[in-house]
Amino acid sequence: MDKTSKENLTRGIIRENPTFVMLLGMCPTLGVTTSALNGLGMGLATMFVLALSNMAVSSFKNVIPDGVRIPAYIVIIASFVTVIEMLMAAYVPLLHRALGIYIPLIVVNCIILGRAEAFASKNSIGQSLLDGIGMGLGFTIALFLLGSIREILGSGSFLGYNFFDEGAETILMFIMPPGAFLVLGFLIVIFNRIKGAK
Amino acid sequence: MKKIPSSLKNMILSLCLIGIFSAFIIGSVHQITEKPIAEAKNRAEADAIYKIIGMKADNNPFADKLKVKLKNSKSKLTVYPLKKDGLIKAFAIKSNSNKGFGGKLEILVGITIDGYILGYEVLKSQETPGLGSKVSEEKFKSQFVGLRPKEELKVKQDGGEIDAVTAATISSRAVTEAVQKAYDGYKKLSHRR
Amino acid sequence: MSYAMIFIAAIFVNNIVLSQFLGICPFLGVSKKISTSVGMGFAVMFVMTLSSIATYAIYHGLLLPYNLQYMITVVFILVIASLVQVVEIIMKKMTPSLYQALGIFLPLITTNCAVLGIAILSVQKELSLAETVCYNLANAMGFTLAIVLFAGLRERLSRTKIPQALQGTPIALITAGLLSMAFMGFSGVGN
Repeated sequence: MDKTSKENLTRGIIRENPTFVMLLGMCPTLGVTTSALNGLGMGLATMFVLALSNMAVSSFKNVIPDGVRIPAYIVIIASFVTVIEMLMAAYVPLLHRALGIYIPLIVVNCIILGRAEAFASKNSIGQSLLDGIGMGLGFTIALFLLGSIREILGSGSFLGYNFFDEGAETILMFIMPPGAFLVLGFLIVIFNRIKGAK
Repeated sequence: MKKIPSSLKNMILSLCLIGIFSAFIIGSVHQITEKPIAEAKNRAEADAIYKIIGMKADNNPFADKLKVKLKNSKSKLTVYPLKKDGLIKAFAIKSNSNKGFGGKLEILVGITIDGYILGYEVLKSQETPGLGSKVSEEKFKSQFVGLRPKEELKVKQDGGEIDAVTAATISSRAVTEAVQKAYDGYKKLSHRR
Repeated sequence: MSYAMIFIAAIFVNNIVLSQFLGICPFLGVSKKISTSVGMGFAVMFVMTLSSIATYAIYHGLLLPYNLQYMITVVFILVIASLVQVVEIIMKKMTPSLYQALGIFLPLITTNCAVLGIAILSVQKELSLAETVCYNLANAMGFTLAIVLFAGLRERLSRTKIPQALQGTPIALITAGLLSMAFMGFSGVGN
């Protein structure tokens, strides 16, 4: 793999991490991360849409005039979101139900429109795919991390495996809405410290 | 290839192209997933029915489903009859309550033909995880099993017999109401026959 | 559901921002000053009420009769995006003073997931037209309340000394967490 490809693939994971650095796509980040599995599912669904829409935008870039580029991108993104929603409803119904309203809302996730505008509309199909996967991976890692912390503290379990007996008292606050804000806030603090120390 | 200019003709043509592309992928995926989605929806309910009733019916309960209208309620309850040797042995009744802590709560209640409650499974709920969601746990659920209620089912706080989950009276009340609604539906059905 | 209940539930009990996590981007982005947050709040109220009527008409007039429910995401986002554009053009021509106040917030609303989210939720909840309009307006009011309260807190915070690592987004998120905790006190009201 040459240098640019590698750079495009890894950029989203730490240096321009969509969640911790760019603060994009906050609604699903906070809304679905009540468990590690939900975070992982949402991250992967977003990655799917991001990679495909980046590819589609890149392949159509020469036939989309500037005047209508935003509506055109929105239609492309919305189509892929509908596709992933139908696929999830058919093959992983439980996850589909857990993520609920946040699946159609992938459309308005600023990460996707942002990458279409900033990257895919200027680069080749292959590089756009790598960028989509990289950004999607960064988003997935962030959501999985947030979901894991909230699940461990809030329900006393990890990926569905219980540490305690049924009926044990856990710190419920972490799986309720305030916990989402607090955990994300402290994760960004840690992330900033690690980045600053480098 | 150079980027085309933003003339009106170009803009319309390009949006049409994108529209066709989008219609094509959505349409084809819809074709493929239409059946699995319907099956997945039924499967959740089929699993719940099997879990409550614990017997394999001879018939397809989904094909034989009926609707019951309750007094002073706009909506109808869906009822799946389970048959053995051509006779109805039990009903699985889909019931709901709007009084849950997080809004609507949907459960499936199993009732034998002679009026004994077999139990229930929660289909949809938005109760608080860790508190209200305990109404799906065995300890609360088992209170309903084997009942053949003559009077209206109520939680103890309202003067009934059901022990509410600690710190989750509202969720417990909602489930109790939904079970009662299903029982009303059963009574109406057994009167009809 | 009575109409008063819709308002209380949407504004306090299930606040759109603090407990349903819709519209977080503008909530964090345009909440540094009370005056701008009020402007954003009113722009959202305006667009959400209009979009509720438009999406209701399209869903019940077009998607439902032709069994096209699965197109809901694509159609709704296009309706909302075009609606925002139309509102912007009309406002510029008819009421320049209102445009001056709300204009800059309008383009931001297209990517505000609150508008699309509540439009889809009203369909899922099978609300009637009047209920849909109330539900949308009530949620938009909940958004305004949350963002204005939050902006007030952030104005105070900007004058305090904050540890370096917490400056900026982290302290904003932690503040939002505390605000959300305060709103949890309303949970269960009306049951």
